[in-house]
Amino acid sequence: MSNPQTGSFPVKRGLAEMLSGGVIMDVVTPEQAKIAEDAGACAVMALERVPADIRRDGGIARMSDPDMIEGIKATVTIPVMAKARIGHFVEAQIIQSLGVDFIDESEVLTPADEAHHIDKYKFDVPFVCGATNLGEALRRISEGAAMIRSKGEAGTGNIVEAVRHLRSILGDIRRIGQADSAELFDWAKQLQAPLPLVQELAETGRLPVPLFCAGGIATPADAALAMQLGAEAVFVGSGIFKSDEPERRARAIVEATTHFQDADVLAKVSRGLGAPMTGIGMDEINQRYAERGW
Amino acid sequence: MNIGILALQGAFAAHQRVLTDLGASVTLVRGVEDVDGLDGIVLPGGESTTMSMLLDSSGIAAPLRERVRNGFPVFGTCAGLILLAEKIIDGRADQQQLGGLAITARRNGYGRQIDSFEASITICEIENTFAMNGVFIRAPRIEEATGDVEVLGTVNGDVVLVRQGNILGATFHPELSDDHRVHEMFLKMVSRYHNDLEQAQEVRS
Repeated sequence: MSNPQTGSFPVKRGLAEMLSGGVIMDVVTPEQAKIAEDAGACAVMALERVPADIRRDGGIARMSDPDMIEGIKATVTIPVMAKARIGHFVEAQIIQSLGVDFIDESEVLTPADEAHHIDKYKFDVPFVCGATNLGEALRRISEGAAMIRSKGEAGTGNIVEAVRHLRSILGDIRRIGQADSAELFDWAKQLQAPLPLVQELAETGRLPVPLFCAGGIATPADAALAMQLGAEAVFVGSGIFKSDEPERRARAIVEATTHFQDADVLAKVSRGLGAPMTGIGMDEINQRYAERGW
Repeated sequence: MNIGILALQGAFAAHQRVLTDLGASVTLVRGVEDVDGLDGIVLPGGESTTMSMLLDSSGIAAPLRERVRNGFPVFGTCAGLILLAEKIIDGRADQQQLGGLAITARRNGYGRQIDSFEASITICEIENTFAMNGVFIRAPRIEEATGDVEVLGTVNGDVVLVRQGNILGATFHPELSDDHRVHEMFLKMVSRYHNDLEQAQEVRS
């Protein structure tokens, strides 16, 4: 090992570990970024439109303007993340050159490649990718993702899909823990995932990178639900700045994520937050972002 | 031995895995009531601004500060070290401080994530000298350490591991490597502290 070495996998996964137990908030302006940091966000996701607006506006959703990302970077001292389209490695190159701390290869943006994700080992900056099930999570890890998040269904304010994805991923991890060595070959085949990762999972009982929850968190109770199910941290997209009182709600979700096992604290922070984002049911949407990714 | 790990935000689970491997029992500290009955406490890495806010709202800041002042064994890594530093550069004005380590720490002193690195650290303690791999994540930089602070570890001339009394502080993340010797060092400090306390009590009685 050269001394010192940047961009190694332990260095990438290390930042994901540091974000554990925290809340990563979507922000579209420097002012929102400041509100998020003041409320205790452990990182912000800089983007031009929150998922609820992307859903409303339709059209092609792309990487944000570098000026906008830099404006947010200049405002806060916490890590800044930004989104690239699935498979759009040039957007990722641009985001890396801006000095962003984490790249989200995100299904919320319109995919640029319908067969391939980005080869994340080619980058020094860490990547987070969404997953709906364990096979998808392990495929992303094999491509170099340093963090996995549930996809949920972004921009809906509806937690049901994130719960489905967390239960699927964590349930299969528990089942693999019970499997014997011969059964692991079949698990790898069923999951369409690399065998060594399945074997490692059976040995350790957990993913080799942190698992966070994203997609549909709108309330402190939603955040605590994700944490009790086994997520290690939460992303909140539209849920904060599409609500009546973003400052109070942001702060309450941070408290709920830390004290996720303490119902007294959860009751206290859930009071008087004003209206949450309205939200939409799964049968009311015509485009499921979670289906993007392969 | 019952070691508390501040679990408000950050890499507390990684510390928990290491300490459990080393045979310690672990209490995740999220409320004031969790601070009682501990033999020592670990302040993990994470975002120091987030932790400082939650230290305040949970009410843990005051009792923890008092313990640190009275010589209670504490081990801070990265953001945890920032909480213990007497002086911080590039922090937030409203950041909670526990103090106790007479150092000046610059937050994100090596730059952003793209500058985060792994490096071989030379560690010199009285009993032994060894090299270990250290992971530095948006690490703070110790810009100054007064004479009361023992320098235990360096990388290319930079101070990365320090001790003052019963406080151990690292700018890197020993909890992210398979080498547990820094945690062992802390557990030794904890048992020495409690042996000394017991002896003092025996002398008094």
